[in-house]
Amino acid sequence: MTLAGPGLVVMIADNDAGGITTYAATGAKYGYNLIWFLLVLIPVAYYVQEMTVRLGAITKRGHAEAIFDAFGSFWGWFSLIDLFIVDWLTLVTEFIGMTSAMRIFGVPPWLTILAVVLLMGFIVLNGRYWTWEKIALGFCLLNLIYIPAALLVHPPLKQVLAEGLVPNFPGGFNGEMFFFLMANIGTTIAPWMLFFQQSSVVDKGMKEKDIPWGRFDTLLGSIITVVVAVFIVLLTGTILKGVNIDDAAQASALVMEKDKYAGAMMAIGLFDAGLLGAICISLASSWAFGEIFGWAHSLNTKIKEAPWFYFCYLFILITAGLVVLIPGAPLVLITLFVQVVAVTLLPAALVFLILLLNDKHTMGEHSNTLTQNLIGGAIIAVIIVLSTCYGISALFPNLFT
Amino acid sequence: MPFTHVLRSVVSEGAQKVREINRRYAKPRIAMSPAVRIALLVLRIYLLVLVGLLVYKFYTVVVS
Repeated sequence: MTLAGPGLVVMIADNDAGGITTYAATGAKYGYNLIWFLLVLIPVAYYVQEMTVRLGAITKRGHAEAIFDAFGSFWGWFSLIDLFIVDWLTLVTEFIGMTSAMRIFGVPPWLTILAVVLLMGFIVLNGRYWTWEKIALGFCLLNLIYIPAALLVHPPLKQVLAEGLVPNFPGGFNGEMFFFLMANIGTTIAPWMLFFQQSSVVDKGMKEKDIPWGRFDTLLGSIITVVVAVFIVLLTGTILKGVNIDDAAQASALVMEKDKYAGAMMAIGLFDAGLLGAICISLASSWAFGEIFGWAHSLNTKIKEAPWFYFCYLFILITAGLVVLIPGAPLVLITLFVQVVAVTLLPAALVFLILLLNDKHTMGEHSNTLTQNLIGGAIIAVIIVLSTCYGISALFPNLFT
Repeated sequence: MPFTHVLRSVVSEGAQKVREINRRYAKPRIAMSPAVRIALLVLRIYLLVLVGLLVYKFYTVVVS
């Protein structure tokens, strides 16, 4: 497990506060019937993220720097500024998730935000990538809390297998079903994940010979993230079937009414998901800015050696946290706006990724093969179409219903 | 040193850095094969359509 890290962290952090809400709502709406679709997302996540491992290990550049270098400053600035906006907005949603989860235990939002900022400051300011990664992996382990939480409510195994493993669309393939499928695939690949994993591979110092380990790490991460998603669906599908879920904190409170331990575990999991998301998202932006502006940008550097990198990290973190504390802040609007802004960046980042992986001059023997291009290209095309539909549905809610 | 002076200095250094980045990445390094050109063109169109939808949505919200 020495080389396990970036893939596991990014994949499990993908089950962030927004992701937990999507899975909880999917389980409550369709029971176990969409578990098969979640399983399909394992190769989807793996194929996309695996490309960032190869690109990072061979070029020793983060995704932002690779885009600037290969496609020029127009696309570079577009990606960097868009990444900053998407990351900041997503970070706000992570804080919303964390504060809602802790409110269930009676912790006021200001205290949650203060504690999170201090904790995250401590995690990165210790000046070692390895220490950061071990702490992040510890929080990844806590994400597995959904497994015992689901087992506590005793989902009927026979029914789960019968309904969950056979591809089906309960109620037919209608607009609402399409929306849920889009939401699930939309949470599987987010723009920050590409930037985060590639920069993380570079900061960790992974080399060409480490690519097989990076692949294993990414595959393991993609399996675990979907397993966690399946257990969230099992939890809400067992005791909240037929209930409309607006957010994961609401789902936790409802589960708590029926089983206080399962509900408490779900709330803890939601806080952990938000925290993991926040850890990765704020780093993705700081790494990207560091790469382009030429600042020292490694977690192996002390604050005195990389002041701008840590300033950027803490600035994004603190401002996003403060927004949640503003009375009457348009938090619902921000949550919807994230989806829209994300679809302006995701297709570009994915297209750049596949073009960079076909640059034989840089990638050499690690450039994409025809099979990888066909599979990766098809997956990316589907992700672009569905995530675009998802983003547009946030703008025009009645479009698919 | 007064705050405005510090701010002016930071902005000036930032602008200089941006110009330097623009110079460094002025020319795309990747070979502009037909596939790359088409991909970038489609991306531009995609973004224009998306921005158009955002502007339209903003307009409808303001008007209503």
